[in-house]
Amino acid sequence: MNDTPVAVPTTLVEITLDGEAVRVPKGSTILDACRREGIDTPTLCWAENLTPVNVCRVCVVEVEGSRVLVPSCSRPVEDGMVIATDSERVRTSRRMVYELLASSVEMDRADREVHEWMEHYGARPERMGKRSEIATVAQPVKVQDDLYVRDYERCILCYKCVEACGDDAQQTFAIATAGRGFDAHISTEHDVTLPDSACVYCGNCIGVCPTGALSFRTEHDMRLAGTWDEDIQEVTTTVCSFCGVGCNLELHTQDDRIVKVTSPSDHSVTHGHLCIKGRFGWQQHAHS
Amino acid sequence: MPDLYFGAVDEATDAEKAAVDEAIADWGPVTIRVSERLVHGGRARMRERRHLLLPALHALQRAAGWISPGGLDHACRVLEVPPAEAYGVATFYHLFTHEPPAADDTVHVCDDIACRLVGAVDLIDDLRTGGHHVKASPCLGQCERAPAVMVQRRGRPDLTVTATDGGTVGVTEVAVVIDSGVSTPSVTVPQTGDPGLRLLARVGVVDPTSLEDYRASGGYRALEASVALGGDRVIAEVTASGLSGRGGAAFPTGIKWRGVADQEGRPRHLVCNADESEPGTFKDRVVMEGDPFSLVEAMTVAGLAIGAEQGWLYIRGEYPVAIQRLSGAISAARDAGLLGDDVAGSGQRFDISLRSGAGAYICGEETALFNSIEGFRGEPRNKPPFPTTHGLFGEPTAINNVETLVNVLSIVLTGSAAYAAEGTERSPGTKLFCLSGRVNRPGTYEVEFGATLGDMIDLAGGLLDGSRLRVVLLGGAAGSFVGPDSLDLPLTLEATREAGVSLGSGVIMVFDESDDMVDTVRRIAEFFRDESCGQCVPCRVGTVRQEEVLVRLGRGAALDDERDLLDDLAAVMKDASICGLGQTASGAVRSALDMGLLADIAEGNGGGGQ
Repeated sequence: MNDTPVAVPTTLVEITLDGEAVRVPKGSTILDACRREGIDTPTLCWAENLTPVNVCRVCVVEVEGSRVLVPSCSRPVEDGMVIATDSERVRTSRRMVYELLASSVEMDRADREVHEWMEHYGARPERMGKRSEIATVAQPVKVQDDLYVRDYERCILCYKCVEACGDDAQQTFAIATAGRGFDAHISTEHDVTLPDSACVYCGNCIGVCPTGALSFRTEHDMRLAGTWDEDIQEVTTTVCSFCGVGCNLELHTQDDRIVKVTSPSDHSVTHGHLCIKGRFGWQQHAHS
Repeated sequence: MPDLYFGAVDEATDAEKAAVDEAIADWGPVTIRVSERLVHGGRARMRERRHLLLPALHALQRAAGWISPGGLDHACRVLEVPPAEAYGVATFYHLFTHEPPAADDTVHVCDDIACRLVGAVDLIDDLRTGGHHVKASPCLGQCERAPAVMVQRRGRPDLTVTATDGGTVGVTEVAVVIDSGVSTPSVTVPQTGDPGLRLLARVGVVDPTSLEDYRASGGYRALEASVALGGDRVIAEVTASGLSGRGGAAFPTGIKWRGVADQEGRPRHLVCNADESEPGTFKDRVVMEGDPFSLVEAMTVAGLAIGAEQGWLYIRGEYPVAIQRLSGAISAARDAGLLGDDVAGSGQRFDISLRSGAGAYICGEETALFNSIEGFRGEPRNKPPFPTTHGLFGEPTAINNVETLVNVLSIVLTGSAAYAAEGTERSPGTKLFCLSGRVNRPGTYEVEFGATLGDMIDLAGGLLDGSRLRVVLLGGAAGSFVGPDSLDLPLTLEATREAGVSLGSGVIMVFDESDDMVDTVRRIAEFFRDESCGQCVPCRVGTVRQEEVLVRLGRGAALDDERDLLDDLAAVMKDASICGLGQTASGAVRSALDMGLLADIAEGNGGGGQ
């Protein structure tokens, strides 16, 4: 995570990407290559500050010689690889992944790109059946403390929060995937409440959640009150003053109050991850 | 030690602590080896102890009848595993429970495709009425003597109850077995005594608990021969024999072994995949119950050949008799110097660790099996990289099915040429088939490759009186349906591939005109929904949606309205799932659709189910 490239990689491999011969650095993933060549590719479980888990399958591409589609986020390029990113098979699978997710999960607070991609691929989740007659992950929202809200009705099981809590960032391991199949869900041990768990309230899980399943209590309360309005929020970048590490903070403010704190995932110090003080210490500010 | 937080309110009981400590105590020698490595590896130790999580969970479940929060915390403390992760692992398996037990004995009744043909659903009702704590189970691998029952017990060994001699299983039979504490005896195979048998020759003939008996009937001569030959020549013989994997994928065994053996300088592993869970499959169980030493010997031959010091035998938890016999065989072999630091005078070290699964079909997928042994959730990994270079613990691993391994004994003993003289040119040797359903003598049969589907049904005594063949499920739930027009199909790798079907794990399940195929197909869809690990979207949600479509069809929905959705579900599961489970989850359903088996629904004949 902390190594800085010291030299331009010299080994290049040649691949064919949507009919064009291109040369990309050895060790790149197919997704890296696509982004380099300006080929937009949807992702859900991938994030630049996390190890790819390739579980959502929305980034799949067709690789010549492979019986099945391959996840572009984790598959390294190989010399001579012939890749199609917009074939009929790719479009069908991507559309279906969105339809399967949106038919079982509440997606209204998902990142804007998710909705754009769904429109792009013509996803029609409603054809899976009436919401009341098919299996969904609908469940009551978990509000157990003053800092976090966990609304697993919005969880697509992308594993990002588990990774951020575990060995990709925080090393706390307070949450993991439990259960199996459609019943698989993110849980503390024995489903104890967050305050009773190993959680240290760094908020890094919220920072990586792509669908609004994890959110700040402030956001949750303001949404309930009907006052949450991202369009009028301002984002101010500053440096956290709680210690000497120098983490970048992005303060999201609405009506001159801090309502949310994030950190840029490409920042060399934080990689998007903060601690409880940087993430929530502003509450002191609000009170003063 | 990582900075872990333990929050359980209740302490583990003394019984739970003792059970966990005992379960992991056996791992003495390797722990020492591991702690030496700790000097270099640092955090490696946490990971190295973590593989004891599954045995520890079994110990807790056995001791207390559930995985209590205090018990789980204790296991996590001694193994240095975060409790949330351990809880995630424990809740992955159906044989582990997370509420205080309702009863000392839990009666698991198979209501899968073969057992439900012969009254499994009624049996569940009867047992519940009789006061038993009952759970419906996916295939228990006893289809030749259906309906099958497994009793999971607190503080005592699990038991198997099955039908014998054409009888049936009722409340009385279950009670008798529970009272006596003895499983229904293993059956001999229908062909017992046939001189043509290779893999089943000793089943029902020798005492499966006696090493002396095994040796007296030719056992351990293959190990002797392979020590004399040396690893390279053993691999060369296996390659020349043309032996291919019998787990379903038919990968050439010799090539797999060569790949691992070539990874010199890295610790290598041999894993036997005995997690036989494909509905309709019971061949490996028959070998393991009837001739357990042959598997131990075959694993030893394989382990020495590829240069592995550690073998892992991963067997499904629903096979209590096989687990007991294999544990006995491994101990006896160890005592006789046939496992250990100097195997049979070879100067090589090889030992076998037996790990039992806990109710998860997905753990039969090779990379899910590795994760399960390592103490993680049984979620498959992406391939590549392949096990040959990145297998168990990320190290080079040869993983073979039980039937594949026992084939090696005759290859080593008689030579590759004699072995390849049987069967067909592209499918050499013999093959085990699991005959079940509406045939007179269901059971495991061994034949030379080349026998047709019709030959196999004849061998099993043909269809029951008054039955007319409607359809055969070939290859298991992950296989496909074929009709009477396929009776002449030779059951070889090449002929089935050409016909667009698969031998899979050797399942031949026969259905007649009276069977409710709509219910059968729906049960297959339910099986995949229940057994999906939940990791990737296409399989986690796709298997649910597929089952919902079949339920809707059963209630009279028009097939034409659902066809596009079924097509798309099949496409995304097949193309975009991580592993073979999702990729094959639509196979049988599609073939049923193609054969018109689901047309019944439209005519209002079907619609069974729960």
